[in-house]
Amino acid sequence: METALTRTKSQLWSGGKSPYNVSYGKLMMWFFLMSDSFTFGAFLISYGSIRFSLNNWVDHNYVFNKFPLTGEANLPLAFVSLMTFILIFSSVTMVLAVHEGHKMNKKGVEKWMILTILGGLAFLTCQAWEWTHLITSRHKVLVDGVIQYWGTTTSHNPWGPHVMFNGEMVATPGPVAFGGYFFGITGFHGFHVFSGVVINLVMLIKTKIGDFQKRGHYEMIEKAGLYWHFVDLVWVFVFLCFYLI
Amino acid sequence: MSAVTTTHAIDHSHGEAQVKRIWKAFWILLILTIIELGLGLSIYYIDLEANPSETLILFLKGVITILTLAKAFYIISIFMHLGDEVRNLIMSLGIPALLFIWFIFTFLYEGNSYRNLRNTDAGSRPYIEKVQHQPVPAMKEGEKN
Repeated sequence: METALTRTKSQLWSGGKSPYNVSYGKLMMWFFLMSDSFTFGAFLISYGSIRFSLNNWVDHNYVFNKFPLTGEANLPLAFVSLMTFILIFSSVTMVLAVHEGHKMNKKGVEKWMILTILGGLAFLTCQAWEWTHLITSRHKVLVDGVIQYWGTTTSHNPWGPHVMFNGEMVATPGPVAFGGYFFGITGFHGFHVFSGVVINLVMLIKTKIGDFQKRGHYEMIEKAGLYWHFVDLVWVFVFLCFYLI
Repeated sequence: MSAVTTTHAIDHSHGEAQVKRIWKAFWILLILTIIELGLGLSIYYIDLEANPSETLILFLKGVITILTLAKAFYIISIFMHLGDEVRNLIMSLGIPALLFIWFIFTFLYEGNSYRNLRNTDAGSRPYIEKVQHQPVPAMKEGEKN
C-alpha cells in the first residue's frame, strides 16, 4: 500500500474521493480491528481490575515455569518467550508476503504465506501444550486443613500463598478468578490465531489458483495481513499482562 | 472488487528499501522482547530475595510496560503500514484508541478502591488481615501424582 499511494498527508478532504485513500475493504478491516481491540482491552482491563481488588495474585514466574521435555526443571519465562518469538517471526513472514504481493510475485507470496501458516500452527501447538500442562499437572494444596492435589481450572487452582503445615511449606487455594481470566483471554486470543490460520490458508489457496493474478492485485493478502498483525499485537499485551507483570 | 479508488501500481524503486525496513522492525521487536524478558527475569530474582524492594519491582514493571507500548507502535506503524496511510485514517483510528487511557485508569482505580474497602472494614464486612506477598522458594516444585 505504502509504495502504491500518493502521499497526501496534510491535505484536508475536499470531497470527490475517499478521505482515507484506502479501499472500502481495508478501511472496514481497520474498523473491525478497532472494535476487536476494545473487546480484548475490556477483557484485559477487567482482569487488571480484579487483580487490583485482591490482596494476593498468583506468582506467574512460579505458575509458568515449565518447558516441554525438560521435566520438572524450573524455567520461568522460557516457554512463553518461545511462543512470543514464534509469533513475531510469523508476523514478519506475513509482512513479507504482503510485500511480494505488491510486486505481483506469486511464488514469493506462496512461500511467505506457507511460513506464516506454519508459524501460526506452531504457536497453537505451544498453547495446547501449555493448557494441557496447566490443567493436568497436579500440585499439593492445603484445603480446609487437608492436603489435596489440584490442577489449574476455571473453578480452582493451587497457586495461593504458602503456609506452614506439619513442618513444611504448602500452597493454599489461589484466587478463583485466575483460571477464568487466563483460560478465557488466552483462549480468545488462541481462537483469533486459529481463525487467522484458516484465513491465511484460504488466501494461500486463492494465490495458488491464480485468483489474485487475475484480479491484478493482492489486496486480499494485505487485509489478511492486517488481521494477522493484530493477533500478534494482542499477544504482545497478553504476554505483558499475564507473564511479565 | 469494483471502484477501488486507490491504485495498485507496482513500485519497484522502493522494493529493497521496504524489505530492509521490515527486517529492521523485526530486529527492533526481537531486541525489545529480549530486554523485556531480561527485566522479567530480574524481577523473578529480586522476588526470591529476603526483602524484595516493592518500589524497584514496580519500576521494572513500568519499564516493561513502556517497552510493550514501543513494540505495539512498531507493529502498527511498520507491519500494519498505518504510518504510511493518510493522516485522516491515522487520526480516525488513533483518537478513539485514546479512550483506553481513561478506561485503564478508571478500572484499576476501581479495583484498588474495592480492595481498600475490603481491607479496612467498610462498616459491614469483617476485617481481613492483609496477607503479605510471599515469594515461593525455587526448589519447592509442585509434584505430580
